[in-house]
Amino acid sequence: MTFTIPIDNGDSVKTAEADSQRTLYPYVTGTSIVAIKYKDGVLMASDMGGSYGSTLRYKNIERMKAIGKHSLLGASGEISDFQEILRYLDELVLNDNMWDDGNSLGPKEVHNYLTRVMYNRRNKFNPLWNTLVLGGVKNGESYLGMVSMIGVSFEDNHVATGFGNHLARPILRDEWHADLSFEDGVKLLEKCMRVLLYRDRSAINKLQIAKITEEGVTVSQPYSLKTFWEFKAFNNPTAGAEGSW
Amino acid sequence: MDLNLDAPHSMGTTIIGVTYNGGVVLGADSRTSTGMYVANRASDKITQLTDNVYVCRSGSAADSQVVSDYVRYFLHQHTIQLGQPATVKVSANLIRMLAYNNKNMLQTGLIVGGWDKYEGGKIYGIPLGGTVVEQPFAIGGSGSSYLYGFFDQAWKENMTKEEAEQLVVKAVSLAIARDGASGGVVRTVIINSEGVTRNFYPGDKLQLWHEELEPQNSLLDILNAAGPEPMAI
Repeated sequence: MTFTIPIDNGDSVKTAEADSQRTLYPYVTGTSIVAIKYKDGVLMASDMGGSYGSTLRYKNIERMKAIGKHSLLGASGEISDFQEILRYLDELVLNDNMWDDGNSLGPKEVHNYLTRVMYNRRNKFNPLWNTLVLGGVKNGESYLGMVSMIGVSFEDNHVATGFGNHLARPILRDEWHADLSFEDGVKLLEKCMRVLLYRDRSAINKLQIAKITEEGVTVSQPYSLKTFWEFKAFNNPTAGAEGSW
Repeated sequence: MDLNLDAPHSMGTTIIGVTYNGGVVLGADSRTSTGMYVANRASDKITQLTDNVYVCRSGSAADSQVVSDYVRYFLHQHTIQLGQPATVKVSANLIRMLAYNNKNMLQTGLIVGGWDKYEGGKIYGIPLGGTVVEQPFAIGGSGSSYLYGFFDQAWKENMTKEEAEQLVVKAVSLAIARDGASGGVVRTVIINSEGVTRNFYPGDKLQLWHEELEPQNSLLDILNAAGPEPMAI
């Protein structure tokens, strides 16, 4: 079974009437999220960019947030819709806490809730224009799943949204294995993020890596990756063939 | 030439909000256009919401006016109920609420700026779509395209009030030079613990940029002025 992640190009939904309750296109968008399961839990990486069309307008947007005690949510797509989802989840977690019964929402539950929300909005032709990545650990069990704006939802050992699907997943399929150490996991994610930096126009060189384990969620400080341009072949690529690229 | 006088009033606009050590400075141009015609060359795009919170409006003139009217109304009630001045964060959130929930119908980008006793001077950018982003400085409107590079280079943390206002005036002036949809005068509003100050910089008093000439009353004045030395080396 195959499915395609819709690409945000502003004209994917065409409708004749100016219907008042349909999100037609995103404005401020975040690019890929990449996440993997590792020995102690889940690692997730995202850059801090908010693009406005082709302009890299915002460079300090946190696209990964802790949800309750056990989950970490990363989002790509329209930032205002992500902010709204965080408000829904705030309410969900608040109500969960108010029971005061010692139980707390685990990642599976949060993922399920988000899937229902996204699918229901899709059915009303008014999607939340995001692809969400939900990772977490509860009672020693790691969980990593994804929901798209049309409500497609699944779990896997490694997930990526947007460009990450095309550029990062192949690397992860090749190099991911169970029980990665924290260091190896971070290096693997950084390898993916570097490729995205080279090849995704909407990526910026300011990223965060978040880790979730039984102990809880930590989101790293923002940092930049070194990039490599000193290849001989890059120096004078058109020397023998003027006009080529 | 089709002036398209029936086009909706839109503020092409350049709007800016900047924090400094002690408050915020908001700035804007003053051009409102209807298609190619300048409907108002002296508009005031920096609108008061409360005593301590103002908003810079861009995009559709009508949409931005009605949103700020609603939010002013809500904030007025909120202030009465709260018993003290509203915070900048609450003001920004109310704008966000309207902008997000009506995203399909509204076309306005706003910059909320103000001072409150809890957080000091704060700037919140609210672009199309209803995202809220708290920023040390924000730029918006069509003229802002020409200012990204300028601010990347010229912005620094903890400026003084004078430095911040000069930066804003320079920036709006640069944007006016290149953006056809921005023009007129530069208005600034400075908000801090002491209160609010409005300033006005008329178009002809701004610094001249590349390929701009000193304004004259008439060619005749140039011709009648002392002529240049013949063949001066």
